[in-house]
Amino acid sequence: MSTSATDAAQRVARCFREDAGRTVATLSRALGDIASAEDALQEAYLAALERWPRSGFPANPSAWILTTARNRAIDRLRRERVGREKLRRLAALEIPPAPRDVFEGDAMTAIPDDRLSLIFACCHPALGIEARIALTLRTLAGLTVEEIADAFLVPHATMAQRLVRVKRKIRESVIPFDVPPAERLVERLDDVCTVLYLIFNEGYSASAGDRLIRRELCDDAIRLGRVLATLMPQEPEVMGLLALMLYHDSRRDARVASDGSMVTLVDQDRSTWDRAKIVEANALLEAAYRHRAPGPYQLQAAISYAHASAPTASAVDWHSIAALYAHLERMTPSPVVALNRAVAIGYADGPAAGLAALDALPQDALADYHLYHVARADALARLGRTAEARAAYQAALTGTLNAAERAYLRSKVAGTRETTVTEETQ
Amino acid sequence: MKYMLLIYGPPRDREPTPEEWAASMPEWEAFGQGLRDHNAFVDAAPLAPTASATTVRVRNGQRAVTDGPFAETKEWLGGYYIIDVPSLDNAIEAAAMCPGAKDGSVEIRPLVDLGD
Repeated sequence: MSTSATDAAQRVARCFREDAGRTVATLSRALGDIASAEDALQEAYLAALERWPRSGFPANPSAWILTTARNRAIDRLRRERVGREKLRRLAALEIPPAPRDVFEGDAMTAIPDDRLSLIFACCHPALGIEARIALTLRTLAGLTVEEIADAFLVPHATMAQRLVRVKRKIRESVIPFDVPPAERLVERLDDVCTVLYLIFNEGYSASAGDRLIRRELCDDAIRLGRVLATLMPQEPEVMGLLALMLYHDSRRDARVASDGSMVTLVDQDRSTWDRAKIVEANALLEAAYRHRAPGPYQLQAAISYAHASAPTASAVDWHSIAALYAHLERMTPSPVVALNRAVAIGYADGPAAGLAALDALPQDALADYHLYHVARADALARLGRTAEARAAYQAALTGTLNAAERAYLRSKVAGTRETTVTEETQ
Repeated sequence: MKYMLLIYGPPRDREPTPEEWAASMPEWEAFGQGLRDHNAFVDAAPLAPTASATTVRVRNGQRAVTDGPFAETKEWLGGYYIIDVPSLDNAIEAAAMCPGAKDGSVEIRPLVDLGD
């Protein structure tokens, strides 16, 4: 069987994309080192490019790649000076030989899925949060160093260095590639969820730059959330996180106007919300609810559900939302959650009650947070206190970096100058 | 894998009295016994107060001996443990049980395996 080199290159590239995460997870776990796993994989892909056009495609390319990479890693370990630690790793590598039937399967089904252990290693609390995010995107989502650097607006060399350093820390300090024991699972799973949600939020509401949504990051976070939910099907907070991301993502087209400016939730065209994502999120939230173990992600998803299930902006059940925020505030007290609760009160009980709730918040913690000033401005405008509303929008403008948000706020400042904002903005 | 647990005490304006020292001993002994029970104990020692520290530097063959610790910080290195456990997660569990973690902090540093 002979095949052209370009055909082989395409099949190798497809194999690489489809298996991103799985092969590197299995090898990293065996080697205790992500960098060595990546090196061995790269050698295996190069070998595939050379051999497949000549000797034909293997029945199971994924298994071929994994076996070849494992053999390359063993060769490399044997060549290197053999220390105690190396011997241990060599033994680990040689214990699980690829079963013969692996080569007859049509996918990765015969290969154990080690991605969960890689997820817990990449999101380990002993790693810096930026490093966790970068490493998760690199190893589990299969992004290139350049793509990650561009997404976080740092120079390519800086991101490359960050990744080298974090992989080294995992190797040198022996961060385990294991699912944590039951008594640590809740907090460690929360660390994992935090990383995925930060990736999603970086994509959804870029902290700087001109695009309000960097879609790829949202897609990557949701994809990883689905992997996590598949590998840990009994964890309600994982379902809650995935539901939350899907609810947010269902609104991404409605969130940005044709001129690139931001559209707030109440002004969005609900017919443009992605129903399929909302349906998927509803099912997840319902499944999570059956576990009777509410957590912060489930509560936030429930708040999103309250928005998503209302046929019109005026039909939103703000009393429920305010109650959910109060529950969330008891569970994870923070000035931002308190702010959201105050905003919900403003829509449930009217702008005067909302403003009173806002003014009762700790000023020092929120003075630099632009959304606090936006919330005050909105309540003041609804009360007809135009001059004060304008001043509050101006205060918000000093605090935000995102160009789309700035454009929205500038239009609000202009709006308060010309007209009195009425109840309809609710 | 061997790790050193470096135990840093919180800022203080005086050394503990012998009575205070004695009162704190049982929990440290219990911690050490817990490590031994798990076959994790390698070595440990408390350090004499920072007032007893001497720092030596040799520059261009010139020896400079100075009074006091290398770094003048409010936190002080009060002692160490060397433990042998499978992974960083076990080292974190051990550090979290250390009495020094309650008021000060415990830094975990892997020992480099020189392969012999």
